[in-house]
Amino acid sequence: MSESPSTQAEELKLRERLAKLRDLPLLRGVGVSGEMARLKRQLDRIAAEPSEDEVWRSVELARHQDRPYTLDYVERMCDDFVELHGDRAFADDPAIVAGLARFDGRTVVLVGHQKGRDIRERTHRNFGMTYPEGYRKAMRAMELADRHGFPVVTLVDTPGAYPGVTAEQHGQGGWIARCQLLMARLGVPSVACVIGEGGSGGAVAIALADRVLMQENAIYSVISPEGCAAILWRDAGEAKKAAAAFKPDAVHCKELGVVDGIVPEPPGGAHTDSDEAARLLAESLKGSLAEVEPLESDERRRQRRRRFRTMGLYLE
Amino acid sequence: MEGRIDVTVENREAERDHDGKRHPNTCPRCHSHYRDDELERTLRVCPQCGHHFAVRARERVAQLADRGTFAEEDTELRSHDPLNFFDLRAYKDRLAEAEVATGLGDAIIAGGAAIERRPCELAVMDFAFMGGSMGSTVGEKFARACERAVSRQVPLVCVTASGGARMQEGILSLMQLPKTVCAVDELNEARSAFICVMTHPTTAGVLASFASLGDVIVSEPGALLAFTGPRVVQQTTREKLPDDFGLAESNARFGHVDAIIPRAELRPFVGRLLAMFSRGS
Repeated sequence: MSESPSTQAEELKLRERLAKLRDLPLLRGVGVSGEMARLKRQLDRIAAEPSEDEVWRSVELARHQDRPYTLDYVERMCDDFVELHGDRAFADDPAIVAGLARFDGRTVVLVGHQKGRDIRERTHRNFGMTYPEGYRKAMRAMELADRHGFPVVTLVDTPGAYPGVTAEQHGQGGWIARCQLLMARLGVPSVACVIGEGGSGGAVAIALADRVLMQENAIYSVISPEGCAAILWRDAGEAKKAAAAFKPDAVHCKELGVVDGIVPEPPGGAHTDSDEAARLLAESLKGSLAEVEPLESDERRRQRRRRFRTMGLYLE
Repeated sequence: MEGRIDVTVENREAERDHDGKRHPNTCPRCHSHYRDDELERTLRVCPQCGHHFAVRARERVAQLADRGTFAEEDTELRSHDPLNFFDLRAYKDRLAEAEVATGLGDAIIAGGAAIERRPCELAVMDFAFMGGSMGSTVGEKFARACERAVSRQVPLVCVTASGGARMQEGILSLMQLPKTVCAVDELNEARSAFICVMTHPTTAGVLASFASLGDVIVSEPGALLAFTGPRVVQQTTREKLPDDFGLAESNARFGHVDAIIPRAELRPFVGRLLAMFSRGS
């Protein structure tokens, strides 16, 4: 990748500033050391900054029709999987799957959004858009994990929670909130990975985990590029511009501290080689679980809460 | 000339509103029009039909808290523009404009207060500041309010009014959902009560995070409380919407709120709840 002269000049300027900062006596210690970290991050960023086209490529790949979905990964990563159905109250939401899985020599509870491959399955799965029943099913499975000491693995892949009348009547917002609260409280280790579209509240509902990962070509965003364009540009056709503005790609999410790691995909994207994609995903999930499993339950919970409590940037 | 009331300002306002926008003091339900001081006296409830007008954050504090007890905190907190966000206008400009227009640092104010002589932590959102949207600053101020409630061992009362997460902060605004949820978790763990008063509108990201986690959820009549608003639901699903779609009354029928309390009764009602949760006395 060749760098433009202006980028090089900018990098040079930052490096000079960095050198100066190191020599500064610590007059206002906290402020100065904060500046160092920020500049270092900025330096890394210049090298890694994705262009508008690269961001949009992520959006397209994240939604690619051949991209592996949750059950494709389950089939490849797990030695056995028993799917659990129903929320024990009202219905079974096919847009989310939950079950007991044998993963890396132990039992885990796996929860993930599920999209459909062909038009029939897509309709059946509601395009991966969850009803409150789906979050209740997820919660039931996670409670079971907590009771039996099984780690929780979640795979996030949804355009968003379903925006329908009955979904509202059944308390869509409330269940998204309670599902997060339950994850905040889990005594067992948890890891989440965004494997496709991490669409807004519907995604974050099952992503309050000890470690949050993101596949290289996944996107994680507060609103779909089309939705953002429709509201802010008053034209859904400006989706590409919107995506470039709110930066839903993995590199930016990592930089902002939203995800802990980026899971590599086979060259060309996960859809070109599902087996290899699954192998790489399993590898990362194992690594993340290994990081948090040794911690004592209360300490892990405290750190998880801290991780999310410190999210965001503001001026004071 | 002295002593005469200058009405030209009001007239200019009226003219500007001929583009179909209603004057803020005209009741959208029965079209009665009021002077500002009239509405202030009635707690911004239409005396004709009972419609609840929007209440700005500081006025809400005056309505709810005992006089002179509100001690605002974190007044210096301001939103940052981490993405250098620019749509049709720069986010920085929108922020500056909102601050000038509302006199607020962001879409929430919070601090210690007493309601009906019961001490509490009070956080109030303001829809007039960028639609009450939740970015890092709103999330942070709410989380700090939770922490103060824990350290002072008092309940938290939060009055919500929000269109959801603040898109201009991208993924960091979405992260305010788990952040505020974690703050409520700490509140719960410390057994500090959380009373949430949902006012019009409480939607999307705020409904899908801390607002729905109140120990007691109170709402004002006619408030829209929905994860997805009626317009988007209609456009994406083409479903026929019930007349009361997403309204507080519908939410009460489906079991999502504990009580719908008219504004005039809100203060004594919250006072009663605080008494219920008070330890010892």
